[in-house]
Amino acid sequence: MQTIDLATTPLRDLNAMLQAQTDNTNQTSWEIVNPKGAHALAVGLDAPIEVTVKGSTGYYCAGMNKQATVRVTGSAGPGVAENMMSGTVIVEGDASQYAGATGRGGLLVVKGNASSRCGISMKGIDIVVHGSIGHMSGFMAQRGNIVVLGDAGDALGDSLYETRIFVRGTVKSLGADCVEKEMRPEHIEILRDLLERAGADASPEEFRRYGSARKLYNFNIDHAGEY
Amino acid sequence: MDATPHTTPRQSWTFSNETNSEIRRAAVTGIYDIRGGGAKRRVPHFDDLLFLGASISRYPLEGYREKCDTAVTLGTRFAKKPIELKIPVTIAGMSFGSLSGPAKEALGRGATLAGTSTTTGDGGMTEEERGHSEKLVYQYLPSRYGMNPDDLRRADAIEVVVGQGAKPGGGGMLLGQKITERVAGMRDLPVGIDQRSACRHPDWTGPDDLEIKILELREITGWEKPIYIKIGGARPYYDTALAVKAGADVVVLDGMQGGTAATQDVFIEHVGQPTLACIRPAVQALQDLGMHREVQLVVSGGIRTGADVAKALALGADAVSIGTAALVALGDNDPKWEAEYQKLGTTAGAYDDWQEGRDPAGITTQDPELMARLDPVEAGRRLRNYLNVLTLECQTLARACGKSHVHNLEPEDLCALTIEAAAMAGVPLAGTGWIPGKTGF
Ligand SMILES: Cc1cc2nc3c(=O)[nH]c(=O)nc-3n(C[C@H](O)[C@H](O)[C@H](O)COP(=O)(O)O)c2cc1C
Repeated sequence: MQTIDLATTPLRDLNAMLQAQTDNTNQTSWEIVNPKGAHALAVGLDAPIEVTVKGSTGYYCAGMNKQATVRVTGSAGPGVAENMMSGTVIVEGDASQYAGATGRGGLLVVKGNASSRCGISMKGIDIVVHGSIGHMSGFMAQRGNIVVLGDAGDALGDSLYETRIFVRGTVKSLGADCVEKEMRPEHIEILRDLLERAGADASPEEFRRYGSARKLYNFNIDHAGEY
Repeated sequence: MDATPHTTPRQSWTFSNETNSEIRRAAVTGIYDIRGGGAKRRVPHFDDLLFLGASISRYPLEGYREKCDTAVTLGTRFAKKPIELKIPVTIAGMSFGSLSGPAKEALGRGATLAGTSTTTGDGGMTEEERGHSEKLVYQYLPSRYGMNPDDLRRADAIEVVVGQGAKPGGGGMLLGQKITERVAGMRDLPVGIDQRSACRHPDWTGPDDLEIKILELREITGWEKPIYIKIGGARPYYDTALAVKAGADVVVLDGMQGGTAATQDVFIEHVGQPTLACIRPAVQALQDLGMHREVQLVVSGGIRTGADVAKALALGADAVSIGTAALVALGDNDPKWEAEYQKLGTTAGAYDDWQEGRDPAGITTQDPELMARLDPVEAGRRLRNYLNVLTLECQTLARACGKSHVHNLEPEDLCALTIEAAAMAGVPLAGTGWIPGKTGF
């Protein structure tokens, strides 16, 4: 286990060390102490390593992650795992706005709540939030899955493309073109797998599925008010 | 026969034929007009400025003998690897999707031959352009289509797009006809939908967030790449100052004549300031911060000639960027396709329905047959030639003003033909010492 103390190591050196790890590195386990809300921590990683951040992070922790598993033991600031490509990011506490924004792959798990715009413009990432998510979550979400064990705020899935949204609790309101859809066996399977991988104790049958009504896909004057 | 004289039938200036045709179009379709290109109305522009030339107090340089340098370095503030260009003209960001693969390749070829950079766009990086562009700027846009760390790292610079001159405050659009399988795949979208892309970045708002976003991009790319911030010509003084504050290496400033792939006509014609009006406030902001030439300024929006280039530089820009003119050099709107333009209900020079993807010149299309009309090697050569002409013209003017580097051109080398242009460019009205708003008549 390599331990890096951010109180004494500059951010640049820390990220450079982590980014220098390659597929066959034998230093697979890293611990970062004293993060104290630092921004852009553990960004741009591209190796099968495990990084544990002991504490809370600022903006864009684990941004554009590939392959790595990044665990934040505290809470994460805005844009955690933004544009993640692959790998896993786990936030033990809460996540601020835009968690998993534009993510293209991998799994983001938030053990607490996620704030507004969770999964905005996501493009293939899977996001599992054990708590609740804020307003405008899944805005313009294109691909991938959002799973919420708690409740969802206003305007869920506004202007949604092909992302699937599963919510166990209540949905305050649905955004434009987002509708509740039938839970078919294949969705139960997807959900079961995600819940298991996210260490979430819930049964897929308790969830409802939301998706795009696809009415805004091609401009139609009768829906002009929705755009 | 009635011998009473009649006045000639008079068309209304307010309700012109053009205006009425738009009312009728709107009444039938119920949707605003979408088109490509930039503002078509006449606004004060570089044409309204003239160079004074040398005289007894300023002596000129000998054409072709005495050197007039044109090299530009972009990104000297923070980047470990600034971009070195041979000429002060770059190719602006135009998306793959709006343009065909061969058109992107042609832009890369032409720019590389001329010693300058080209730029990706709202649709990600293609092999065509990475492969054929020696220097490639990778745009970081609100949509983030195709965004990934590997392309960020193989780019030579990163351009965070906040706005575009054609539509400051507007997002992208690509209509279903152009969302082919390849385009859809790169953007993670279903094939054939009318794509609306966001007008704001998904994970930051305001200059403080932007500063952190830039930190992240630099951390991902090892502080190597210059980071540009592209702004539309909305509030050039403040936007430039905030871009500098957020940590930009380069500010790209795009005025209202700047082209776009597709946007509402009402947006193109009615939002943003003319390019001419944007430059001085931006330069002022840089000067006030002690950052002029430290953070480079690239100006775009309606650049067509070497005179435009020279005038933009004289007003304080470090380089210019071209979109529309580069497409015309490749072959866009060429009268040789007139019969086909007619079939589309338009004429060469006026064709702007780029969103429909039926471009006879094979540039703004994803249709394989039309695309095949553009030979990227030939078109690349034409672009190279055109870029060379822009540079030669700019040097000609700089030498006439006695400058050994095009960057030595200055506002004192200029006068204005109109009061408006004098006020916007901050140079005297021709024949007077009057700069409206600054000096008395
Ligand atoms: C076909 C086309 C596509 C464009 N696509 C983009 C884009 O993806 N991103 C962007 O920032 N600007 C885009 N622009 C704007 C150009 O980058 C540039 O600002 C503009 O073309 C400059 O003005 P000019 O066309 O008068 O030279 C596009 C312009 C055109 C003509």
